[in-house]
Amino acid sequence: MASVEFQNVSKSFGAFVAVPDISFQIADGEFICLLGPSGCGKTTSLRMIAGLETPTSGRVMIGGRDVTYLHPKDRGISMVFQDYALYPHMNIADNIAYPLKVRGEQETKRHARAKEVADVLKIGDLLKRLPSQISGGQQQRTSLARALVYPSEVYLFDEPLSNLDAKLRLEARGFLNHLQRDMGMTAVYVTHDQAEAMALATRIAVMDKGRIVQFAPPIEIYRRPATTFVANFVGNPPMNLVAVEASIGEGALHLSADGLQVAPIELNDAIAKAAKAGKMTLGVRPEHLRVAGPTDHNILSGELFANENMGPESLVTLERGDNGRVTARIFTDDEIKVGTSVHLAFDARHVTLFDDSGARIPAAGER
Amino acid sequence: MQKRTQNIFVRRTVFAAAATFLGTVFALPLVWFIFAPFNARAELGLAIPSPFTLSNFATVFENTFAMQALLNSLIQAAGGVVLVGAAATLAAYALSRSPIPGKGAVTYILLLFSSVVSGSAAMVPIFLIISAAGLIDTHLAVILVFAGGLLPTAMFILRDFIDAIPRSYEESAMVAGASPLQAFFDVALPVIRPGIVVVVVWAFVNIWGSFLIPFILLRSDKLMPASVAIYSFYSEAGTPIVTLLAAYSLIYSLPVIALYLFVNWKFGFRFFGGIKS
Repeated sequence: MASVEFQNVSKSFGAFVAVPDISFQIADGEFICLLGPSGCGKTTSLRMIAGLETPTSGRVMIGGRDVTYLHPKDRGISMVFQDYALYPHMNIADNIAYPLKVRGEQETKRHARAKEVADVLKIGDLLKRLPSQISGGQQQRTSLARALVYPSEVYLFDEPLSNLDAKLRLEARGFLNHLQRDMGMTAVYVTHDQAEAMALATRIAVMDKGRIVQFAPPIEIYRRPATTFVANFVGNPPMNLVAVEASIGEGALHLSADGLQVAPIELNDAIAKAAKAGKMTLGVRPEHLRVAGPTDHNILSGELFANENMGPESLVTLERGDNGRVTARIFTDDEIKVGTSVHLAFDARHVTLFDDSGARIPAAGER
Repeated sequence: MQKRTQNIFVRRTVFAAAATFLGTVFALPLVWFIFAPFNARAELGLAIPSPFTLSNFATVFENTFAMQALLNSLIQAAGGVVLVGAAATLAAYALSRSPIPGKGAVTYILLLFSSVVSGSAAMVPIFLIISAAGLIDTHLAVILVFAGGLLPTAMFILRDFIDAIPRSYEESAMVAGASPLQAFFDVALPVIRPGIVVVVVWAFVNIWGSFLIPFILLRSDKLMPASVAIYSFYSEAGTPIVTLLAAYSLIYSLPVIALYLFVNWKFGFRFFGGIKS
């Protein structure tokens, strides 16, 4: 196991800049998720760790060793591919044992080791089959077994679960989580599924347009998203963002927007500074909204657009005229009819404020 | 209602009759081709051999020039196929995988010129080049000219084939610890193999059946391939000796048929790689 470090790494493909300039450090034993929409540079970054792409500038370090220009085979890594990349002409045993074969291991020894790993992953009885003769979930586990069959410094995952159906994906995710706690492996995991990142990562790097927007533990990303982009990307459904007019009066911040009532918010330096622009974004998570009662002060109103019953909760979506929609996760059985006007309440402590540029404003009481 | 069924009946009958006629027209030469070699009195007309005899073959086997020619055909075809197969695989792999600028244009231009190179238009320059190289009247001359003529098309077919194979095969091999060479031989080559087989069969058939190039580049009887030697079954007046010609033609076509059957049994013909079944 080893650390990974990017020092001012950039990567261009011709005129297209995939990663402008990125630096980060991953400590030994961390499970890092690179999270972002497609085209944000996360896969390119992963491939630069693997050695499948060479950076245009900057340095890549693994375990304190400069590997920027090393061939993939010399980096001490293993990788799971999105399409699994199982060799169609080899049976499952030979597929799993291939890394041992290129290391010159004897056939009996490497097949014994392949069997061991396959048993752990519950594909031990498929060893004689060809990749085309097993299911997608089994193919996924085979590619995982091939990555785990020999000890590596860093394990790399390129959206390994995205080709599985929802139920298998949950199962595989749980297994990966268990594996990470069991082995304490250093891993870099690329995904566009925020739930996967939340479930697996010790830290998440949220990426947008080739830059890391926020690099923090999952709970931090969830509770204190650095920008509206992060807020809008993490959470299912993501955070509701409401554009508001901001003004300062009587020593407090006043926010206003159509269909919004907010009690004056306590000021601090950062809020006072951001309020000068006159515009802010108010963020509140769907699970922090509830059907308003008579004593509530913070209220979002609109017409009911959709009411999706998910079993334990309902996803209630309001249409706020031309000001977009707001979704709430409501944990009551109250029947709400489409087209009626609905009032949703939230607590002041659950409000996140973003300034004019979309950056989060630290709340009063925070550093 | 009844009129309609009648109408369909008439249409089907006409269609079946036309199809039968067409099929017969195409089948007749093949039937002749199968019967004539076994008929001691074969003529250009179709006749069932009676008695059924192998005497034509006996005479053909005594013709050492014709027998040597079959071996020559095999040498030239095998040499050409090995050269085209190996060179086209390596070239197509490079053209598909490496970021060479303008590689598409290179392939297309080569493809365009290849039809000229092995065509009769270029016969004079080819003869002059081979002559200057001192290769006139050698197997090597025939093999090289065929390889040059067939390579661009072979590369083109194979490059398309390799383009359709995901890079992640080799990438996963390299990440697993393989050198680029190991990744090519362990992973890429077996996956490309069906494409190589198609190219090899195609090149073999092309060289096996070609007349003009060996006819021009070779002098001595000892080196002539079967496509040229077939003229030894013409009388001095220029009329074909049908019985021997038929027997020799059958022998001449057997390797190609055998190759098709073997390849189909061993690999199966297909044009796309990957693990999707």
